[in-house]
Amino acid sequence: MIKRIWILFRARNHEFLRDRSALAWNVLFPVLVIVGFSVLFSDDRQVLYKVGIVTPAGATSAAADPQLENFMKTKYIDFIPFGSEEPALNKLLHHRIDLLINPERRTYWTSNTSPKGYIAERLLKASADSPRTGLGKESIRGVEVPYIEWLFPGILGMNMMFSALFGVGYVVVTYRKNGVLKRMSVTPLRPWEFLTSQIFSRMYILLLTTAVVFAGCMIIYGFEVRGSFLTLLLVFILGGISMVSLALVVASRSSSEEFAGGILNLITWPMMFLSEVWFSLEGAEPWVQKASRAFPLTQMIDALRKIMNDGAGLRDVQSNIIILALMTLVFLITGSLLFKWQKG
Amino acid sequence: MDPIIDVRDLKKYFPEVKAVDGISFAIEPGICFGLLGPNGAGKTTAIEVIEGILEPTAGEIYYKGEPRGRSFKNEVGIQFQNTELPQYLTVKETLLTFRDLYDRRSDLGYLIETCRLEEILKRDNRKISGGQKQRLLLAMALANDPELIFLDEPTTGLDPQARRHLWDIVRNIKSLNKTIVLTTHYMEEAEILCDRIGIIDHGKIIVMGTPAGLLREYAGGSTITLRTEIDDAMLQSIPCRWFRKHGHIEIQTDSSGECIRRLVELGVDLSTMNVRHQNIEDLFLKLTGHELRA
Repeated sequence: MIKRIWILFRARNHEFLRDRSALAWNVLFPVLVIVGFSVLFSDDRQVLYKVGIVTPAGATSAAADPQLENFMKTKYIDFIPFGSEEPALNKLLHHRIDLLINPERRTYWTSNTSPKGYIAERLLKASADSPRTGLGKESIRGVEVPYIEWLFPGILGMNMMFSALFGVGYVVVTYRKNGVLKRMSVTPLRPWEFLTSQIFSRMYILLLTTAVVFAGCMIIYGFEVRGSFLTLLLVFILGGISMVSLALVVASRSSSEEFAGGILNLITWPMMFLSEVWFSLEGAEPWVQKASRAFPLTQMIDALRKIMNDGAGLRDVQSNIIILALMTLVFLITGSLLFKWQKG
Repeated sequence: MDPIIDVRDLKKYFPEVKAVDGISFAIEPGICFGLLGPNGAGKTTAIEVIEGILEPTAGEIYYKGEPRGRSFKNEVGIQFQNTELPQYLTVKETLLTFRDLYDRRSDLGYLIETCRLEEILKRDNRKISGGQKQRLLLAMALANDPELIFLDEPTTGLDPQARRHLWDIVRNIKSLNKTIVLTTHYMEEAEILCDRIGIIDHGKIIVMGTPAGLLREYAGGSTITLRTEIDDAMLQSIPCRWFRKHGHIEIQTDSSGECIRRLVELGVDLSTMNVRHQNIEDLFLKLTGHELRA
């Protein structure tokens, strides 16, 4: 029994490690995403609005006007010089810039249909005089989590999700389609032994690739894990197993890679967008927030962020852990009951 | 001798077709039994029901006098008609993986030598030829040192040389007193390898016996082949069975001399005529009215 699981575990690992493209993709994809986002979201590269300034050659400084000078000190606005009005207006028409100012003519243009143009205009108007409000500004207290550190657990979780669902789902469906499963079915191998070997193999690969990416990013970006590594590992294991088990449900009967691919996309895309991988769901409709809790990825990323960003302990993430364990159990039982060796 | 496998009134119906429609046979240990029939005759369905892959609609299957139990999977070897192999594994790794799934295992050296895998052991499964793949699949079927081996069309799609290689291996396995159940639509294969054959068509076994006995009983005459145009009315006047096949005419007769005399009388051009002893293919044509390799 254990021997059969071990044999298939080893065989599957051989297959994965020799499939260089799959291996490279599993390791490189999260690294590339993190590198890309660290460049895009570094403080000096974060541009929220683009404002064109018409400064014909020989003209006096564009920021000679005090209001404009004030406006041009605003952070997160990229000021783009244009030699003449006409090409700049064309850019504005096509929403390549949000606002256009001609300091010489003391005129500005904005698109009435552009929300970003509206905000940029408000910022320009606010630059005319010093702010007078009844509200006083104070800095936030406590440890501020850099955006990239907030993003990191989400990217790792998302990578695990794709690797677990497509890695296991596709492989099992392909095995069924080309008759490898049928060949196995006439040996003494039992379905649960086969499924267990697939779970172990994918978990081994997931944890290995995640560890490589994790260590690499920690060295490069100096990430801080404020909680326990053991708790973090537990969440990674449970999150991974739950998603591998979900893949086994999807792959339990189908012998069509196209159909399985469609179902996997149907599962992974909502999970990717609603599990707070990229952005927080604060302010989203309450039902959307509640629905997102049903995804294993949401539970995993939530727990990972609590541990990595907030230094949460086992007790703080116990609800996530219990939910992930229950999901795993449900998916495993369903996958085992539905599992068929053969197509048709 | 008690049969190793005993199939009684086996039926397998699908919604639109009766794939196996009440077949019965018993196979004594140590022989090669062939199920011979054209594509779609029900050979593969019959063998897959016996192997335990498909559930029968009705009928009984006994292995060593008992209904098939858990030990059946450990004691039989199976080679399917179309099976892909795990990608990225070498031939040796594939063989070891499947061998080690069994409680009872053949010696690796014996498998490699018997199935002539020495030269391709380290080769990736994706880089082996059709004949090499069939030899590996055969080695996998022998991996648990089975007493009973099912070979489902093992030489389909192979070139003549690869086919002959595989026949040698099967003969070698037979010499070890193992029981083989073979399906094929090659009459030559059945004649060479099988001690007993059952000819199957439309899910029923239409005749069963030794190849020589069946030929003696049903196909002792000659077959005359003519590659010339003769109209049906003229052929009706010949006192023999005749069939039109792929642009030629086949005439089956127990009296070739009389038949040829009649053809001469009719003024038929005999320059393309060929006369030969009948074989199992002719027997099949005679019994069913259609060709074995349809």
